[in-house]
Amino acid sequence: MATEAHATEGVTGYIIHHLTPLHVGEGFWTLNLDTLFFSAVLGGLFLWFFKTAADKATSGVPGLVQNFAEMLIEFVDNQVKDSFHGESKLIAPLALTIFCWVFMWNFMDLFPVDILPLIGSMMGIEYLRVVPSTDLNATFAMSISVFCLIIFYSIKIKGPWGFAKELMFQPFGPWLLPFNLLLKLVEEIAKPISLALRLFGNLYAGELIFILIALLPWYIQPVLSFPWAIFHILIITLQAFIFMVLTIVYLSMAHEHH
Amino acid sequence: MSINATLIGQMITFALLVWFTMKYIWPPLFDSLEERKKKIADGLAAAEKGQEEILLAEKKAKGVIKTAKEQSSEIVNLAQKRANDLIEESKDTAKQEGERLLVAAKAQIEQEIQQAKEGLRQEVADLALNAAAQILGAEIDKAKHQDIISKVSKQLG
Repeated sequence: MATEAHATEGVTGYIIHHLTPLHVGEGFWTLNLDTLFFSAVLGGLFLWFFKTAADKATSGVPGLVQNFAEMLIEFVDNQVKDSFHGESKLIAPLALTIFCWVFMWNFMDLFPVDILPLIGSMMGIEYLRVVPSTDLNATFAMSISVFCLIIFYSIKIKGPWGFAKELMFQPFGPWLLPFNLLLKLVEEIAKPISLALRLFGNLYAGELIFILIALLPWYIQPVLSFPWAIFHILIITLQAFIFMVLTIVYLSMAHEHH
Repeated sequence: MSINATLIGQMITFALLVWFTMKYIWPPLFDSLEERKKKIADGLAAAEKGQEEILLAEKKAKGVIKTAKEQSSEIVNLAQKRANDLIEESKDTAKQEGERLLVAAKAQIEQEIQQAKEGLRQEVADLALNAAAQILGAEIDKAKHQDIISKVSKQLG
């Protein structure tokens, strides 16, 4: 893509520089090290925090850490109970992981756009894109995993034949079988694509606007970046929430018989 | 912005995160939440029950106090009555005793009078006998004239 041609100086060069990931490898076997690194660190942070809370979990008076963890757990559990009416040991922890992880990815957006790349360049790292959700690989990895779970549960609950029947005979009955199949396939495939692109698009655009603001004279920057950052607090939470809720909804749809 | 192997790495990370959360994070936290919910519900129920029990106990205590009051007043009444009865009874007994004593005294007096009369009679008889003996100048055989003596003494009586 265009980001490979990053030699240009000036405004375009600055933007391209900010949007180029730190990568190794060629072609498909390229690894975006920054995405992998930051998402793993954030995931580790998430696990560490919740593990601390879980280890100290008591049914008595909860501590500060446990209180916060329980608040999130209860919040996620309510969302799951609202839309998913069945027994599943996976869905609630999955939803919690998605919400927290996506939120933390997105939260990286609130760090000043130049500060982490600056630290990186001091350590000899040329490119650094700190927000994992501005990498399509990250968002698609998550949505494709969710998609796999949707297919898995559809087949598990309805049986292979039941799932095939649903694909072929709905919504218009057996006489329009090819049309049904096409419609259903589009519907199913639209799920992971929309999940991934919604998150990616929102955060990519947000990051881009931060970068653009950073290009303005310093005395104008706070006037714009401050409201945008506040607005972004809402956006990042909302995007994490949407990803989680849609995952729950899709999985509960996979559990339902029609 | 191309899709590349990062996708696979991210999927593995994601799977690990979900697995770990499912295995080690969700169950203990969720259980502690549920347990606390149950504890609170139990506590509230116990508190309510305690409240009810207090009300019941208060009612019961009031009942007991009332009965006790009634009983005690009854006892006091009974005691009063009994005391009155006792006084009456002792009055009666005293009266009877007095009368009895009076009667006994009277009887004793009577008896003593009789005894005195008897003694006097005897003495008079002896005197009369002596006097008669002296007058007759002969001795009277007491045993021989017993019937006479007793006749005289009877007349004296």
